[in-house]
Amino acid sequence: MTPEENEKKSGGHRKRKEMPDLWMQCTSCNKLVYKPKFEEMQNVCPECNYHFEISSTERIDSLLDECTFEEHFTELYPLDPLDFVAVRSYEDRLKGAQEFTKLSDACVVGTGKMDGLPVVFGVSDSRFLRGSMGSVVGEKIRRGIDLARELSQPFIFVSGSGGGARMDEGVLSLMQMAKTSVALAELDRCGGLFISVLTNPTMGGCMASFAALGDVIFAEPGALIGFAGPTVIKETIKSEIPDGFQSSEFQLEHGFVDRIINRGELRSSLVQVMRLLGCDQAA
Amino acid sequence: MAKASSSHRLDFEAPIIELEKKIEELRTFAESTEVDLSGQIEKLVTKCDEKKRAIFNSLTPWQKIQLARHPQRPLTSDIVTAIVADFIELHGDKSFRDDPAILCGLGRIDEQRVLLVGHRKGKDTAEKVSCHFGSPHPEGYKKAMLKMKLADKFGVPIVTFINTPGAYPGIGAEERGQAFVIARNLMDMATLKVPIVCVVIGEGGSGGALGIGIGNRILMLEHSYYSVISPEGCAAILWKSAEYKEQAANILKLTAEDLSSFGIIDEIIPEPLGGAHRDPPLVFERLKEAILRNIRELSGLSGDELVKDRYDKFCKMGEFEKRLKETVDS
Ligand SMILES: [Zn+2]
Repeated sequence: MTPEENEKKSGGHRKRKEMPDLWMQCTSCNKLVYKPKFEEMQNVCPECNYHFEISSTERIDSLLDECTFEEHFTELYPLDPLDFVAVRSYEDRLKGAQEFTKLSDACVVGTGKMDGLPVVFGVSDSRFLRGSMGSVVGEKIRRGIDLARELSQPFIFVSGSGGGARMDEGVLSLMQMAKTSVALAELDRCGGLFISVLTNPTMGGCMASFAALGDVIFAEPGALIGFAGPTVIKETIKSEIPDGFQSSEFQLEHGFVDRIINRGELRSSLVQVMRLLGCDQAA
Repeated sequence: MAKASSSHRLDFEAPIIELEKKIEELRTFAESTEVDLSGQIEKLVTKCDEKKRAIFNSLTPWQKIQLARHPQRPLTSDIVTAIVADFIELHGDKSFRDDPAILCGLGRIDEQRVLLVGHRKGKDTAEKVSCHFGSPHPEGYKKAMLKMKLADKFGVPIVTFINTPGAYPGIGAEERGQAFVIARNLMDMATLKVPIVCVVIGEGGSGGALGIGIGNRILMLEHSYYSVISPEGCAAILWKSAEYKEQAANILKLTAEDLSSFGIIDEIIPEPLGGAHRDPPLVFERLKEAILRNIRELSGLSGDELVKDRYDKFCKMGEFEKRLKETVDS
């Protein structure tokens, strides 16, 4: 990467005036980056390797074989069981998120293939109420896990949730942590494989349930991963939080994730692990 | 009638405590002067009971939270002392340290052998501080799981007492994988082949509560709460100020009645009029009856059936709409 880097840096400044659309400033490192390169790397900064979020559709395109993904459980739509009205009503926020993302709720689950290997695949979409888990997300994940068990296929889920358990559905959201975890216990008992992929950020109730329960856990670089949010911790301990706290690298160092994997290599690593665990030998 | 301690009173308890004080004064006066005031006292007692009923039959969610956090409310350790014979505490996660914020031990309730696991908030200041006011670290959840596996191995039913504002949010807790350890407990509790009865006795604070909460039966004391987030935390997010905690308590639907209506809990254990702290012995008696009855009801199920029962129970939770399948499928 190094020889390219210098070229890009100088190139960035030179070309900026002629072709402004092709260059953008990275909000992480503030450097100018070549947009087509950024897009080719799937929203990863070529300069600082910051992994920006991608949509569920982009994630599916990135990981699954072309045209193999078939979404399941599309009939599930969220309700407002608490009649939750605060500054803005939950119903309103749901509608807004649905219009913006064209999704029914914050995750997509279905079946597909990865390098020919059949998998049950799910991904949360952090554009939808910060990827938080309410009843629909919990139910889709639960059904995905059960489907993987019935089909004897690996379950792969890419998490990204700053919201954790969705406050607007109260204790019903909290119980989705239990629901997804008991379903994973059953998958585990039956010898099924679950690979959990953690992206920026995966916190709170999502992290303290299904996302933490992978037989193998991968994380994208620099993701925020943990239980309590940094603000809450800061308030509790009444002092500053150390640099890199709750990052993917921090979690790797403390022994909670198996590997940190760049977005571009995620698919091949998933396939490698599945093959080495014998997923290609299933009937 | 149990006397409320004067060391702590909630604002809505004030009129009751005033009346009780008056009754007490009249009694003392009657005794020392040998004047018959029984008629007057009788009237005041009736008035006091009416007042209590009026206040406690229409508690707001926030008032219930105050009761759930009441300093004189019976804690896990009080309940264990009161209803468990032959109790032997078992410490430590055999890995990092003993977290006093979770109490574990073997004992008997009447003839029934049990493993008890409960959040410990602490009785005095020193204990409260060492227990982080009932907020466990990962090693607390690991300890709980280790003891539950012991109970599982020897077929001993598990009873958990939930009473935590939440799992501890701190540097060490995160370094030792708070999220990962709680998640592991949810999954591992699902696999245990003994009856598990969970009782929310005060605060059911989010994931920290759920971490010892995967039971075949979930019971709640009448004025306890169970929530995805504390009202203060919710208010801070929605209104940018914890001052709105009462409003937050209202919208979060976190009372025992709410949870019952969502089909999450199995039973509400009624508290004495005025709250659990007003008559702890009565609370102990009711807890004991409910726990033993629930264990008895579950004892007919095999290990696999208990696991299946837990799976079915939690998989049912949640509310969503099923729309007719769109025709665009593939
Ligand atoms: Zn950058």
